[in-house]
Amino acid sequence: MVTSLQAFIGQLLPLYPELVIITIALTVLLLDFFVDRQNKAMLGWYSLIGIVIAASMTIKLSGLAGSFFGGTFLLDPFAAYFKLAFYTACGLGILISMKYLDIEDIHRGEYYALMLFATSGMMLMASAGDLISLYLGLELMALSIYVLAGFMRSDSRSNEAGIKYLLLGAFSSGIMLYGMSLLYGLSGTTNLNGILVFLRGADLANPVLFLSMVMLIVSFGFKVAAVPFHMWVPDVYEGAPTSVTAFMSAGPKVAGFAVLLRIFAHTLLPLQEHSTVILAGIAMITMAVGNIMAIAQTNIKRMLAYSSIAHAGYALVGLAAGGREGAASVMLYVLIYAVMNMGAFGVVIMLRNAGVRGEEITDFSGLGKTNKAAAFLMLIFLFSLTGIPPMAGFIGKFYIFKSAVQAGMVWLAVVGVLFSAISAYFYLRVIMVMYMHEPKEEFNLVQSPALALALAIAVTAVIVIGVYPSGVLEFARASIIGIL
Amino acid sequence: MVPLSWYVLLSAALFTIGVVGVLSRRNVFIILMSIELMLNAANINLIAFSHYLQNLTGQIFVIFVITVAAAEAAVALALIILLARNRGTVYVDEFNLLKG
Repeated sequence: MVTSLQAFIGQLLPLYPELVIITIALTVLLLDFFVDRQNKAMLGWYSLIGIVIAASMTIKLSGLAGSFFGGTFLLDPFAAYFKLAFYTACGLGILISMKYLDIEDIHRGEYYALMLFATSGMMLMASAGDLISLYLGLELMALSIYVLAGFMRSDSRSNEAGIKYLLLGAFSSGIMLYGMSLLYGLSGTTNLNGILVFLRGADLANPVLFLSMVMLIVSFGFKVAAVPFHMWVPDVYEGAPTSVTAFMSAGPKVAGFAVLLRIFAHTLLPLQEHSTVILAGIAMITMAVGNIMAIAQTNIKRMLAYSSIAHAGYALVGLAAGGREGAASVMLYVLIYAVMNMGAFGVVIMLRNAGVRGEEITDFSGLGKTNKAAAFLMLIFLFSLTGIPPMAGFIGKFYIFKSAVQAGMVWLAVVGVLFSAISAYFYLRVIMVMYMHEPKEEFNLVQSPALALALAIAVTAVIVIGVYPSGVLEFARASIIGIL
Repeated sequence: MVPLSWYVLLSAALFTIGVVGVLSRRNVFIILMSIELMLNAANINLIAFSHYLQNLTGQIFVIFVITVAAAEAAVALALIILLARNRGTVYVDEFNLLKG
């Protein structure tokens, strides 16, 4: 009995990072009963310790590549790269949440547990080797985030964000499932490698195959907020608690791209001829709509929502370009995007103080005079989002467009650069308001050690990756080998 | 014996009804029911394929889908109760605090 238990635990080795995250999440729920209302931040630090342990395990396990549990769970450098990105997003998310939750008076232990559950779902998505585990990981992530979006129970804007996200998320999962069922009917297997083997010998002109591919594109288009499946994004981003918006704009989007890469750069590679055209078209309109709609926004959360749509468009350019370079550039880009976007939201959270909502762009007026440090941090993040060297955002865009040119899609790269230039207008407008306008009224920024730590990590990452990108880029390139 | 194409046609019809329901109805409960129809259309597909391919994976998939759908309904109903309490409506076109 003992030996079989030991053997069982030994078999779970590839799952250790996920198990650590889930165990920590469950113990957070338990400990929540014993922690006073004022000390809930302790649970946040406890979750962070769990994330650090899981990250070290992921790094340790990166040598152990292979497929486990009947091919449903893959351990490869590709999954490890994305898991490290999820730890970063979740860790920064927890750090910027602690003080904010106190101010909104929603500091409850479930918050951290849900963040960790969502993270474990994303990790499962990145490691999925089978349509079933892919679906389960996706739903674990999505269900946790629906609850997080509606976390301010008594605030009807938050409730509305939650239900809107849920209805459209469930709708897109329905479409995805139907596409998966067709794929299963054609290939007779739900294993991603099995489907690849089937497609290599299949009649690719089959309209049902085409339909299932389109359904997968539609559903993941919803998840990464690509146009024309973006209608939910501005409302949900505006209504959700700001710390959740920050996490939501980084985590699920990166996870969505992990799955898109795994499916379209690996499993459905034989269908590349068809998928490239659709993905390139979606990338183009996503960049156009995201950047143009962002110009008209007055609410900073809505503006960052449209900006996140636009950034999904840039990443889709790399996906459409395909190949090893395209995939590596997408991986580099989503990581950079996650860090710089969470940094920008971190500054937005500083403006939320008791009595001040701090969500309008005009609330930033004169920040350059009243609080130089916060304004300067926002400046760096917005420059990075615009793509101005030497920030990381420039490096990300550079490799994306370079891969598009190498793949012979010069037109797509040109369109991307044009819309990227348009984006400078609304990013720089915030900087203009911060530095050129007079301060409206006296207000105190919220400061806390956790938030300062998160901003320090984000700004260091943005500058270090911007100045010295080859480290992360080589890591991304090396990670792609497993799937291509 | 019922041919496979009948099952696939049934599921395609259910899926279409579900999609049209989500896009055209305004009561949040009916939208949820339409989403369930879409999920069940996929389930019928999976079971029919599983039977005709003599491969059990599809049926295992269905069990997971049913479980997840139940969890999704629980979260959805919780959010609807909150909205009904705070706003007193279950019609999605009255969820208009966020312009969009």
